[in-house]
Amino acid sequence: MTTTLIRGATLPDGTTTDLLVADGRIAERGAAIATPSGAQVLDAAGLVALPGLVDLHTHLREPGFEQSETVLSGTRAAAAGGFTAVFAMANTMPVSDTAGVVEQVQALGESAGYATVRPIGAVTVGLAGERLSEIGAMANSRAAVRVFSDDGKCVHDSLLMRRALEYVKTFDGVVAQHAQDPRLTENAQMNEGALSSELGLKGWPAVAEESIIARDVLLAEHVGARLHICHVSTAGSVDVVRWAKARGIEVTAEVTPHHLLLTEDLIRSYDARYKVNPPLRRDEDVRALREGLVDGTIDIVATDHAPHPEEAKDCEWDHAAFGMVGLESALSVVQAALVDPGLLGWSDVARVLSHAPAAIGRLSGHSHSFEVGSSANIVLVDPASSSAFSRDRLAGKSHNSPYLGMTLPGSVRHTLHRGYQTVRDGVVVDAAEVAAAAAAGVTRG
Amino acid sequence: MRHLLSTRDLLRDDAIALLDIAEDMSEVQNREVKKLPTLRGKTVVNLFFEDSTRTRTSFEVAAKRLSADVINFSAKGSSVSKGESLKDTAQTLAAMGADGVVIRHSASGAPQVLAQSGWIDAGVVNAGDGTHEHPTQALLDAFTMRRRLHGDAARGRDLDGVGVMIVGDVLHSRVARSNLWLLETLGAHVTFVAPATLVPVGASTWPVDIRYDLDAALAEVRPDVVMMLRIQQERMNAAFFPTTREYARQWGLDDDRLLALRPDSIVMHPGPMNRGLEISSRAADSAQSTVIEQVANGVSIRMAVLYSLLSGDREARS
Repeated sequence: MTTTLIRGATLPDGTTTDLLVADGRIAERGAAIATPSGAQVLDAAGLVALPGLVDLHTHLREPGFEQSETVLSGTRAAAAGGFTAVFAMANTMPVSDTAGVVEQVQALGESAGYATVRPIGAVTVGLAGERLSEIGAMANSRAAVRVFSDDGKCVHDSLLMRRALEYVKTFDGVVAQHAQDPRLTENAQMNEGALSSELGLKGWPAVAEESIIARDVLLAEHVGARLHICHVSTAGSVDVVRWAKARGIEVTAEVTPHHLLLTEDLIRSYDARYKVNPPLRRDEDVRALREGLVDGTIDIVATDHAPHPEEAKDCEWDHAAFGMVGLESALSVVQAALVDPGLLGWSDVARVLSHAPAAIGRLSGHSHSFEVGSSANIVLVDPASSSAFSRDRLAGKSHNSPYLGMTLPGSVRHTLHRGYQTVRDGVVVDAAEVAAAAAAGVTRG
Repeated sequence: MRHLLSTRDLLRDDAIALLDIAEDMSEVQNREVKKLPTLRGKTVVNLFFEDSTRTRTSFEVAAKRLSADVINFSAKGSSVSKGESLKDTAQTLAAMGADGVVIRHSASGAPQVLAQSGWIDAGVVNAGDGTHEHPTQALLDAFTMRRRLHGDAARGRDLDGVGVMIVGDVLHSRVARSNLWLLETLGAHVTFVAPATLVPVGASTWPVDIRYDLDAALAEVRPDVVMMLRIQQERMNAAFFPTTREYARQWGLDDDRLLALRPDSIVMHPGPMNRGLEISSRAADSAQSTVIEQVANGVSIRMAVLYSLLSGDREARS
C-alpha cells in the first residue's frame, strides 16, 4: 500500500502541518516530516484538510433504479465531493427493509471502495407505513444498521411512529423522519405562498413539515428515544427543533445544501431541476436555516443526493420527479452559503459535515480531528478556487444538479478513503485502482 | 412578440395594441367574406392535452380566418406515465413544420417549458395551463369591457378606473389570474369575492381587494363589471365548501343580486356556465350579460394574437 505524505496542509483549526499516511492511518503529524522512500507527496500548500465528509442522507438507488445511480457511481460522486462515508437511504426496489438487502448494499460499497457505505433500514415494510420492518434483523446483520428511515415518505401514523421510536432504542438506533403530513401535501408541487398561487403550482405548506416535527419531538420526549429530522426546510421547523432541544429532548436535525442557498424564486422558470422534496422555500427560511446551523439547532448538513435520469426532469413541472444530486457540490455550497459570509469556520464545517453525522449514525472510527492513529479519511480542499459549476464536476450517473452554470467557490483536490486516494488532483481515481486499494486494505485488516 | 405565455409580463402598450388589432379583426368578421390572406402558408397546431371544445374551436376559427393551415392535435391523457412526452410531441410537431403552437395543458407552466425548451422553434400561445394563466381569455374579457364602455371610440383606450369584481373559485382559476394581471396593467381596479377556502394563499400581496361577503361587496363597490367564475362540482368533495346550495346562496349571481346591480353594470362569465349555481339563467340571459359577445370577441382576439405572433418574419421580430 502506498505511503502518502501530505505536505503543508491547513487543518480546520487553522494550523499548518504535514501528515504522513501509512497503512490506512494517520501515522505522523507535524512540521517538516522527512519523506519516506517510495512515498507519494501531495503538496497541500493553501489547501484545507478536513476529516473525510460523512453524508447521512444519500440515495444510491441500487438495487432497483440503476438507470439513475448505482452504489459504484454514487460513491464516485461522493468521493468527488470529498465524502468518505455515505448513509444509503432505504427507498430502493426491493426496499431496504430486510437484512438481505442492507447486507447487499453494504457489500457493493465495500467492493467499489470509493466510500464507506452504511445502509439505512426502512422503518416500515415496503415504506408503506403500516407495520414495522425487521429492524432487529437489520441491526444485527453484517450491515449493523443503526439509522432507520422511510425517507421519501413520512411515518405518518402516530402510533406506529411511537412504536418505531421505542423499538429502535433497543438497538441504539435512531429514526430519521421525513416530516411531511401526507394529507396537507397531496399532489403538492412547491412551497405554498404568493408565488405558488401566482404560478398555479399546488402549494406545500410549511405547516405540513412543522406539525409532524412538533408531534415527533413530543413523542420522542414521551418515550425517551432519539429522533433525527431529515432535511429541515422552514423557519418554523427551526423554531420547533430549537424549542425541543431547550427542553432536553434528544433530537438532531439536518439541512440540505440546497435549502441553505436556493429559494423558491428559481421556480419562475418552471425548470424542473429545482423541483425537490421538501421544496425550496423563501429567503427568510434560508436565513433561519443558516442561523439554526450556526447556533447548533441544526446539527448537520446532509445532501439528500437524489439522482434522476434526464427524462424525469426534461418535462412539465407537474410530471417531473422530485430531487437533485448534491454530493459533488455540497462542500462548495456550504462554503458559499456559510464559510465565505463568515458564519462558519472550517472547524464548524468539519463538525457539521463529518463529526456530527458520524456520531448520529453511530459510525465509529471514521471521522477524526487528525489524531495520529486515526483512519486516514481525509479531504483536501482548495478554498481559494472559484469556477462555474459544470457537468464535468458531476461524477455520478445523473446530471440533475441545480448548480450547473452557477459560479461556486472551492474545489476538492484530493480525497483519501482509509488511506488510499479516491480523488487525485481533482479527478476521480479509476475504479479498478480504487477497488484494488480497497481490497488490499481489507486483506491487511 | 415571440410567444404569448401570460398576461403578467404583457406591457400596457402591447396589450392595447393587441386589443386594437382585435378591433380590426372584428370588423373583418362583419364582412361577407370573413377571411384574410395574412397567414397563408403558415401552419398552426392546436395542441390540446386537456379537452376544451370551446377554446379549441375559437382558435381554429381564428387561424382559418387568417388563412393558416390548422392541425388539431389532441393529446388528451398524454403524460410521461401514460404515453408520449411533451418533448416527443413538440419534436414531432417541429418536424412537421409548425409555425405556431396553441397549447392547452393541465400542468401549469407547460407552455413556458415548451417555449424555452429548444425542442421546437414555433411561436407558442398559452391556451390555458393548469391553474396558472389563460391570457387570451383575459384579453377577450378586456376587449369586451372596453367595447361595452367605449363603443366605437374604444381604440387606443385603456380601462383606467373601471371597477371589476371577480366572484367565485379564484383558487383554481387561471382566468382570474390572467384577468387580474391584465386589468391591473390597463388601470382597472379589481376585487375578488370568494369563500376564504377559494382565495389563493398569499393573494393578499397581489394588487387586488379580497372580500368574502358578496352582498356587502356589491353594495359598497358598485362595480362596473361582475365576472362570475365557473364552480366545479368536485370542489365540494375536497371540503372547499359544504354544498352547491350553500355556495349558490352565498356567492351565486341570482336574480335578486342581478336586480341590485347598477343598470349599466355588465355581467360576464368565461363559460361554460353552471346555470343556477354560480349564475342564474336570468342573469346569464339579461341585456347586461356579455356571455355571447365574449365568445364572438374571443375569435377576434385570437386572430389578433396569431397575427401578431406569426405574420411576417418571426425571427426578425423576436
